[in-house]
Amino acid sequence: MIERTPILNFVTHSILVFGLFMLLLPMYLVIVAASHSLQDVVAVPPNLLPGDQLWVNLQAAWAKGHLGERFVTTFIVAMGVMTGKIVLSCITAFGIVFFDHRLKMPIFWLIFITLMLPLEVRIVPTYAVAANAFLPFQTLLDLTGITWLVNALSGVEIKLELNLLNSYAGLILPLVATATGTFLYRQFFLTIPEELVEAAKMDGAGPLRFLWDMLIPLSRTNIAALATIMFVYAWNQYLWPLLVVTDQSYAMIAVELSRLVPKYSATGGEVPKWHIAMAGTLIVMLPPIVVVVAMQRWFVRGLINTDK
Amino acid sequence: MAHITIQDVRKSYAMTEVVRGISLEVQSGEFVVILGPSGCGKSTLLRMIAGLESISSGEIAIAGKVVNDLEPHERGCAMVFQNYALYPHMTVAENIGYALKVAGLPRVERTAKVADVAASVGLTEFLDRRPGQLSGGQRQRVAMARAIIRSPKVFLFDEPLSNLDAKLRVQMRHEIRRIHNQFKATSVFVTHDQHEGMTLADRLVVMNKGTIEQVGSPAEIYDHPASVYVAGFIGSPAMNFLPAHVSVPRRGVVLESGQLVPLASPPNLSDGHLVHLGIRPEHTTLVRAGAGTIDAQIDMIEELGASRLCNLLFEDIPICVLTEERPDLATGTTVGVDLHPQRLHLFDAATGRRIPNDPATVPASIARPISA
Repeated sequence: MIERTPILNFVTHSILVFGLFMLLLPMYLVIVAASHSLQDVVAVPPNLLPGDQLWVNLQAAWAKGHLGERFVTTFIVAMGVMTGKIVLSCITAFGIVFFDHRLKMPIFWLIFITLMLPLEVRIVPTYAVAANAFLPFQTLLDLTGITWLVNALSGVEIKLELNLLNSYAGLILPLVATATGTFLYRQFFLTIPEELVEAAKMDGAGPLRFLWDMLIPLSRTNIAALATIMFVYAWNQYLWPLLVVTDQSYAMIAVELSRLVPKYSATGGEVPKWHIAMAGTLIVMLPPIVVVVAMQRWFVRGLINTDK
Repeated sequence: MAHITIQDVRKSYAMTEVVRGISLEVQSGEFVVILGPSGCGKSTLLRMIAGLESISSGEIAIAGKVVNDLEPHERGCAMVFQNYALYPHMTVAENIGYALKVAGLPRVERTAKVADVAASVGLTEFLDRRPGQLSGGQRQRVAMARAIIRSPKVFLFDEPLSNLDAKLRVQMRHEIRRIHNQFKATSVFVTHDQHEGMTLADRLVVMNKGTIEQVGSPAEIYDHPASVYVAGFIGSPAMNFLPAHVSVPRRGVVLESGQLVPLASPPNLSDGHLVHLGIRPEHTTLVRAGAGTIDAQIDMIEELGASRLCNLLFEDIPICVLTEERPDLATGTTVGVDLHPQRLHLFDAATGRRIPNDPATVPASIARPISA
């Protein structure tokens, strides 16, 4: 549908510009608020032009929120989620697409169904598992009566326990276990022509060799896309880290950021330090923006260089 | 180099049998073309030789060794695919050398070998390109080079030319034949294009509905098609068929119109036996009405440049005549058609098999006893 009338052009462009404005306005307000002193931020009418306190506020936020340490923690978690996700989804999709076995479709649907159950929905059971990663196995052993049997026979009571609270594993693993990546890879693998698989077979490449030499190089744009999405997703995690981590040394940056905004009740009526909170927000936003901007070049390159 | 022995090989998917008991011997160094329409099982047969398709029953042996349970790369076959199946992310050199890399050949030797093979198919200047930057013919050459470099015992071609335009196809056909003459590797080539089949083959295998209709040299198959199916499939334009019955006393066959077509050596059949009389368009001549074997009406004339294809109607049966003359004839004009008596083919109407009407020139392999 291509219409060329000046009025329609004007209307559509207006909508686009309005949308852009609505998107950028909050960002702009963050920058404005981060560059004023507290008095100027809370002044009425509000200041709409940037002030000169930006650097001072950034330094204050960095120090107050221990953002340096939080950056390291969050970076480790984000990289862990990103890598784990890419490896896991690539391998599962490989198994689902390129091997013929009876459980192929059931397994795919089981994985697919987890798309409907994001972490927020299953947060309580996930917490229970994180508190003891062997809980599902223990339950299984209890239900099948094996625990009872072993206890009756040898007097030993089976108690499996592995606590993941306050650890990187506890932060990373539940975030890795979602179907998005598997689905993305499956759709890509399905576009690989059968002849290519057969040519590799004729050339003597086994399954793992094929995965390494063909699929991974061919899916590098996929990897870039998934890496970007997962990095930003993990970086911005709030609810799960808040729950699973009580030890401050594992706190994620989004959790820390929320602490920069003091509640009225906690400050005893004091005005919250919005300028510091906004400066902190600016710092926290930076890494995802850098990743997206850097990876975008790869997207575009991958899209132009369609050598298939 | 190796010979291939195929013994009563069958392939079925669930309910349907695609390949129904094929036995074939391919001699060492021979170029065999398997020809048939799409869905006749020719590709499946080739893929079973390659090991890409399991064999439901029967046995395939390469160089005397049964390969039924061997992995594709252990069979010593190289395959050229219809869509080339080049690895899109690798350069031409990497594509050609991939099999050697998998086999663990050191880089230095590999590079030298790749350069050698690339030179032999004229790809030297393209070694650093990606398949996406090559033309169709060049991609085809890469696919060939990728097969050659493994020095396979057997070359398998799965309709490798069908994605090329007509001119390039002829060129690549020559190239394939040249490469075969150079390496003398046993080759099996699958195609639905009879020109490719006729020009490339040492021996042609015509398949239909999962079985072999006829095996023979291209000339043999053209001269003595074993069945109505082969006769209609090989040769372009296709052979004309006229229903008729044998007349022993008149030493010939009688067409449905009651007209007699005398035969030089009448077949050993009972009087009234129903047959199809076959004659190729290039073995007929347009003559004055009444002067030929039969009379027919002009329906349409197609200009081919070097010759003309006259579509006639004889008692509502379409007949094709290929002539180099340029007769100026209007639709509906009655003309005579001379059927060259030495070039007549007889087929049993019931079985569709060839009836040897000239035993002297019919090779023993296709001269079957007639059960009338």
